[in-house]
Amino acid sequence: MELGFYLSGLVAVLATVGLISGSSPVHAVVYLIVSLIAVALVFFALGAPFAGALEIIVYAGAIMVLFVFVVMMLNLRPEAKRDPLWLRPGYWLGPSLLALVLLVALVALISDGQAGMTIDGELITARDIGLTLFGPWLIVVELAAILLLAALVTASHVGRRNKPRGNRNRGGTR
Amino acid sequence: MRKNKVLSVLWLIPASWSLLRTMWMVFMHGFRKRETVNYPEEEVYLPPRYRGRIILTRDPDGEERCVACNLCAVACPVDCISLQKGEKDDGRWYPEFFRINFSRCIFCGMCEEACPTSAIQLTPDFEMGEYQRQQLVYEKEDLLINGPGKDHDYHFYKVAGMAIAGKDKGEAQNEEVPEDVRTLLP
Amino acid sequence: MSWWTPQLAATLWAMFQALVILLAVVVVGAALTVVERRLLGLWQDRYGPNRVGPFGTLQLIADMLKIFFKEDWTPPFASRALFMLAPNLAFASLLLSFVIIPITPGWGVADMHIGLLFFLALAGINVYAVLIGGWASGNKYALLGALRASAQTLSYEVFMGLSLMGVVAMAGSFNLRDIVAAQEGLWFVIPQFLGFVTFLIAGIAVTHRHPFDQPEAEQELADGYHVEYSGMKFGMFFIGEYVGMVLVSALIVTLFFGGWQGPWLPPIVWFALKTSFFLMLFILLRASLPRPRYDRVMSFGWRVCLPLTLVNLLATGAVLLLTGS
Repeated sequence: MELGFYLSGLVAVLATVGLISGSSPVHAVVYLIVSLIAVALVFFALGAPFAGALEIIVYAGAIMVLFVFVVMMLNLRPEAKRDPLWLRPGYWLGPSLLALVLLVALVALISDGQAGMTIDGELITARDIGLTLFGPWLIVVELAAILLLAALVTASHVGRRNKPRGNRNRGGTR
Repeated sequence: MRKNKVLSVLWLIPASWSLLRTMWMVFMHGFRKRETVNYPEEEVYLPPRYRGRIILTRDPDGEERCVACNLCAVACPVDCISLQKGEKDDGRWYPEFFRINFSRCIFCGMCEEACPTSAIQLTPDFEMGEYQRQQLVYEKEDLLINGPGKDHDYHFYKVAGMAIAGKDKGEAQNEEVPEDVRTLLP
Repeated sequence: MSWWTPQLAATLWAMFQALVILLAVVVVGAALTVVERRLLGLWQDRYGPNRVGPFGTLQLIADMLKIFFKEDWTPPFASRALFMLAPNLAFASLLLSFVIIPITPGWGVADMHIGLLFFLALAGINVYAVLIGGWASGNKYALLGALRASAQTLSYEVFMGLSLMGVVAMAGSFNLRDIVAAQEGLWFVIPQFLGFVTFLIAGIAVTHRHPFDQPEAEQELADGYHVEYSGMKFGMFFIGEYVGMVLVSALIVTLFFGGWQGPWLPPIVWFALKTSFFLMLFILLRASLPRPRYDRVMSFGWRVCLPLTLVNLLATGAVLLLTGS
C-alpha cells in the first residue's frame, strides 16, 4: 500500500511538471490526465477506491475529454511561441512566494508531531460514503445539488439557440 | 403544433417495434438458401448467349467463315482485334492472321454483331486467366474451332453474290441471274 | 516445503486464473472477427469467408499472419508518442475491465467492491484512445472521427452509469458477485427492463458498434479515427473493439441475466451461452440496422435514453423505499 501510494504520488508530481513545462497543448492535457489518474491511484492506495473511481469517471473520463476536445478544435501547434514575458521576475515572483508559503505550511503541518503515521489503507466502502453523505452532510449535499441545478439551467439557457421559436431541424426526436 | 408533451414520447413504441421487426426479419434470413455459388467447386450456369471467350467458326463445309472484311476490328470499341486480308486461289478471302488481345477485350459482343458471315462468335466460357499477359493474345490457331458455332447452316459463299471458283455470279441460293446491264441501254 | 504456503498457492492460482481469462478473452475477441463475418454472411444469404481450411476455420490464422506482417507505418506528420500510445490504450483499457467480471462461482480475477465503478472508469479512459489516436494521426478525417467519438461516448456514458444504478440499488452493492447472487430468484432484466435496454444501447455506443459507429463511419469519414493506422496498431484497435463487445455482453449477462446461474448445465456453460447470445445480438444489430445521422444519435441519447434512465432510477428507488428492502 505504501509503495503504491508513493509511486502514484511520484507519477502525479512528475506528470504535473510535464504538464506545466511542455510546449504542445495536447501533450500538456494528456499529462494532466495522467496526473489525475495518478491521484486516483493515490486514493486507491489510501483505501478509498470509491473516491478514486469517481475521480477517474468524473475528472479523467468526462471533464478532461471536454478539455481535449476544445484543445483539439483550436488546433494549437507546438510551434506557437509563448509570450516571453513570463520569464521576467515580476511575473513569477509573486505566485512563487505565495506557493512557497503554502509549502512551508505543508511541511510544518506534516512534521508537526504526526510524522510516525503510516498509510494503513483501511477500506472505505461505497456504503460508508453514502451513509456519510446522506447522514451528517445531507444539507451540504442538497445545497451542492441546488447549485448544480442552477448551473444546469444557466448552461441550458446560455446554450440555447438565439431563435425563440426556431423549429429549424430539431434533431431526430420526430 | 404543441401537442401533449407527455404523449409525444409515444412515437418510441412504433419505432422500437419497427427496429425489432427488422432485426427479426434479418435473423430469419439465416434459414434461407444462400445465393452464393461456390464457384470452383460448383459449376456456374452460363446462359447459351453468355458473352465470353471469342471464337472463329467454320462453315458447314469446314472452310473458314471469316472473309477478313475488318468490320469486327472497326466495331471493336477497345481495338483489340487485328487481322490481315489474304486471298486464296479460288477467290475466297481469308485472314492471313487474326489476333485478339484478350487483355483488352471487354466482351461487349460488338464484333459478333458486326460480323456479316457469323464467323466471330462469343461463347459461354470465361475461364481464361493467365499469369503472363502475353499469353492473353490469341492467334488464329487459338481462335479457330472445327464447327459452325451457333449458326449451323449459314454458308456465306453459298448465299453471297461473290464469284469464286466453281460458283459464278448468279449461282448462289436465292440469287437471280445478274442483269446484263447492256440490255438496258437505249 | 516451507515456502509452499497456502497463501502462495492461492496467489499462483489467482494468477493462473487471470492468465486464462485474459487469453480466453483475447482469443474470443480475435475469433469474433471471423465469426462476425460468417454470421453476417449467413444473414445476408451468402457464405462469408469459407476458403481457408474446412469451413473457413483457419481464416483467423490467415488474418493474424497477414496483419503481423503488414508494414507498420507511422505517418511523418503524426505525433509519434501519442500515435503509439493510442492503440495500446484502446486495447488495454477494455481488456482490464474483465478483471471485475465473475465468470463462475470459482472463477474471476478480482473481487472488487467497487466493481461497476471500475468498469465505468475504464470505459471513460477508453475514450482517450480514440481521441488521442484521432488527433495524433494528423488527419482531418481522423480528427473528425475522434471528435464525434468523444462527444458520443461522453453523452452515452452519462446514462450508461445511470442505467446501472437501478441494478446497484436493487442488489445493494457495486460488487458483481453480489449482484449475481441477488438475482437468485429473478433475473434483473424483468424488474430493470428499462435499465437493460438503455445499458444495451449505451454499450453499443461506447464500443462504437453499429448502428452507433459514427466515429468510424466508412462512408463519410473513411474509417474515422484509425484511418492512418496500419499493421498491428490497427489490429489492436480492431481487436479492441471486439474485446469491448465481449465485455459489454459479459456485463449484460452478469448484471441483467443472472450471470452463471441456470439449471442443469455447469455455470461456465451458462455464462458462455448467454454471452454468446448477446454477441450474436451485437452482430445481428450490425446486419440489420442502418447508421443514423450523427445529430440524431446525440439527440436520441440526451432526449430519450437519459430521461428513460432517470425515470427508471426514480421508480426503482421509490419501489425499494416502499417495499422497505
